[in-house]
Amino acid sequence: MMSRRVVIDPITRIEGHLRIEVEIDENNVVQKAYSSSTLWRGIELILKGRDPRDAGLMAQRICGVCTYSHYKAGVEAVEDALGVTPPLNAQLVRSLLNESLYMHDHIVQFYHLHGLDWVDILSALEADPALAAKEAFKYTDLPIATGEDELKAVQEKVKGFSGKGSLGPFANAYWGNPTYKFTPEQNLIALSHYLKALEVQRIAAQMFAIFGAKQPHPQSLVVGGITSVKDMLSPARLAEWKSKYEIVKEFIDRAYYPDIVMAASAYGTEESVLGGMGVKNFLTGDAFLLSRNKNLFESGMIKNGDLSRVYPIEDQKIEEDVTHAWYEGDKPLQPYNGETIPNYTGFIDGDTVNGPAKIINEKDKYSWVKSPRYEGESCEVGPLASMLVNYAKGNKPVVDAVDTFLKRTGLPVEALFTTLGRTAARMLQTKVIADHAIITFNSLIENIKSDQSTYTKFEIDPALEYKGRFIGEVPRGTLSHWVRIKDGVIENYQAVVPTTWNAGPKDANDIIGPYEASLVGLKLEDPTKPLEVLRIIHSFDPCMACSVHVMDIKGKELADFKVSTVNGVGTC
Amino acid sequence: MNSYDSLLKQAEMQLESLAKLSSVKEEPLEVILDKHGINRRDFLKWAASITAMLALPAQFTPLVADAVKLADRLPLVWIHLAECTGCSESLIRTDSPTIDSLIFDYVSLEYHETLMAAAGWQAEENLENAIKNYAGRYILLVEGGVPTAMNGQYLTVGAHARTGLELIHHAASSAAAIFSIGTCASFGGIQAAAPNPTGAKGVDKVISNPVINIPGCPPSSKNIVGTLVYFILFGTLPAIDVYSRPKWAYGQRIHDKCERRSHFDAGEFVESFGDEGAKEGWCLYKQGCKGPYTFNNCSVERFNQHTNWPIGAGHGCMGCSEPDFWDAMGPLEKPIDAHLVMGLNATVDQIGTTLLTATAIGIGAHAVASLFASKSKEEDDE
Repeated sequence: MMSRRVVIDPITRIEGHLRIEVEIDENNVVQKAYSSSTLWRGIELILKGRDPRDAGLMAQRICGVCTYSHYKAGVEAVEDALGVTPPLNAQLVRSLLNESLYMHDHIVQFYHLHGLDWVDILSALEADPALAAKEAFKYTDLPIATGEDELKAVQEKVKGFSGKGSLGPFANAYWGNPTYKFTPEQNLIALSHYLKALEVQRIAAQMFAIFGAKQPHPQSLVVGGITSVKDMLSPARLAEWKSKYEIVKEFIDRAYYPDIVMAASAYGTEESVLGGMGVKNFLTGDAFLLSRNKNLFESGMIKNGDLSRVYPIEDQKIEEDVTHAWYEGDKPLQPYNGETIPNYTGFIDGDTVNGPAKIINEKDKYSWVKSPRYEGESCEVGPLASMLVNYAKGNKPVVDAVDTFLKRTGLPVEALFTTLGRTAARMLQTKVIADHAIITFNSLIENIKSDQSTYTKFEIDPALEYKGRFIGEVPRGTLSHWVRIKDGVIENYQAVVPTTWNAGPKDANDIIGPYEASLVGLKLEDPTKPLEVLRIIHSFDPCMACSVHVMDIKGKELADFKVSTVNGVGTC
Repeated sequence: MNSYDSLLKQAEMQLESLAKLSSVKEEPLEVILDKHGINRRDFLKWAASITAMLALPAQFTPLVADAVKLADRLPLVWIHLAECTGCSESLIRTDSPTIDSLIFDYVSLEYHETLMAAAGWQAEENLENAIKNYAGRYILLVEGGVPTAMNGQYLTVGAHARTGLELIHHAASSAAAIFSIGTCASFGGIQAAAPNPTGAKGVDKVISNPVINIPGCPPSSKNIVGTLVYFILFGTLPAIDVYSRPKWAYGQRIHDKCERRSHFDAGEFVESFGDEGAKEGWCLYKQGCKGPYTFNNCSVERFNQHTNWPIGAGHGCMGCSEPDFWDAMGPLEKPIDAHLVMGLNATVDQIGTTLLTATAIGIGAHAVASLFASKSKEEDDE
């Protein structure tokens, strides 16, 4: 009998190294799915013994895509431990940076990473630019980069590639797959925005760098505050931020939002994007200070997709299981009491629909990502969780944004619980942030009239022990960092990261995580070209470097380095 | 014949031989530029800025322009090892937006996991096709360190679970040139910081082919693009320093071109973040700035189209383009250990006013760092 195993490795257009495998039945319907992260770097271990002030800059190197997320989390975890509260100006600048980051990151994720799952580039070449220019007005009164001449130029540019049979980065993809639903004209509109977004994301990155020094990997936060006080006090710099913000916001309003409306209309009946959700528990954290003590998004948890009740998040209910992760351990543990011993067992020889390969042995361990659980259940995190929890809580900006979108597209609330909904929620979150970032900005302008402080002094007493954490929301979902400080240096460091919640393998009770659950029941048109799988997995916005860590290792021989009892958890 | 004349001749010959190769693209660059409303004058202005950046005299400008037009003769293969994708992100922010992005559209990007449409088996096929079809012609750009512990199994890529170590050997075998993009590929990077759990190493430590390092966390896209242009122009790698970094980009200390240098010379230091000195833009040496020991062009080129850079934003340089900086220069927000810089900490206020001393310190620190590097290289060879 022909093998029914499909292996996709590398999953491209993500951060890092991810492998997905599925088992399909004779009708090409997915019965089982496995998610495996194939890189381990050990950054939390490297943090041990270092100056706590270095935690932010080092943790930042976990990821260069959601760059800043781990920087801020590392700095704020140490502040929490030391009992340091940065001045309001510093808090507002950090919030502005976070808002700028989201406006950048979500645009790049949709257009350059996820977009090619929805947009068939070759079909765009067949489009009539005049018709496409008209079509764009269906989704917004003020379309951007969709004039007839602009669309013609876009076609010419891509034809330059395809004329010689060399498609460069677009080569050998799953073009022509019947689950691509845009018309040629719609594909051309989206392709034009793909190119326009390359330009806009540079401006978004500049907007970030004004107060962040550079992007990626900013360098203007310190424990106690921020360092970009000169930029903050300069009217020219403030104006520069605002003018770039307006350009990026305009793209979100006039391209990103209408493109998702267009996707909702074209894909509204495409079965492969109307499932994609097997886990309906959602966790989210606080984010975006708008003014003193006022956040844009609130934290909370929803169980089983029930929007009528939101639960507060309690730390002690979080545990991590390593039954199928490449670590030793026989029971789930709360992060503070965790133990981890790396135990790589690799892959086994097997057969796949594409021929012999190395495959996951699902009875054994199969990923560097652990399996976080809340009260023993798996949970999804990310923009959808943020939108759902805040919708359920009656958070006005979110309720307004979600209701407007549903009305506009004619979709029911249930449509949010799908792959399409997950992708739409990312756009809605971006839109809500773009609409409100100006409030943070204005609060800063007001505050610096009477207060120019950006830094709170502190001391680390080597005779004392400290413990603290950060929990909050970053582009891929809920992030937390925990730090213990002893003898003036980091004794233990842990990060529980969004992609770990979503991408973890099954646990000891065979409860599966969001990635794996999202694929079960999916029908593939052509198992050797599994576009539908990519589309679902990309809708989560995977970030694998974030999701794999290890902490607090105390000397036992493993390969050619010392490792052993690791207290804590690996996650992103 | 002076050295510039011989360089010019070398460049002309290189371009002649490149021009004889078949093009990957159908349309000449001029046509593409024209379609994007970029006229020849704008293009030459851009070429002139690249020429100046490469520290070449103005008469090289037409050659730089010609070299860029021939860029499509060289396909690019970009692979990801133990990394955070920050270098790829830096690349997509590349400078002089319209033109540079066009150049990168125009250069044939055959494999890049973050940007390519294909995945899985089809992605691997693209890599194999590029290696086979463009053998001896493609430029290999590597992002990320190479995990070497546990036989390299801390990283596997592809359906056959090939290790990163196997992948780099395979991809390097028929590359025309190899660029290590960023500090991880150049020197191992963050995962190689003590205790280096995965045995991560820089690319040049695991393969025997010549490698040019373009370090930085992340490196400026100008440094990536500029080095590429140089290679196309001269058919050879540019002059490099002891760490295989192109001298044109990494030949000068941050400190020497720093906008806050006059405050160092005047003995005006930020004593605490957020103080009056911080608001005035005084020197960050006492807040741990590693500009005196770091060789890069950040103080001139800045980041994100000259928007800002760490020292501009009031944070010290952390030395991210130097080998082992996480260990050698930490704690990052404190002045470097006294033993490395011959007692600088004790006397910073006095010597801050003495330019000559400061220069000697920089040279001394660099020499010490070089000693460390050559020592660790010897150990690796054993």
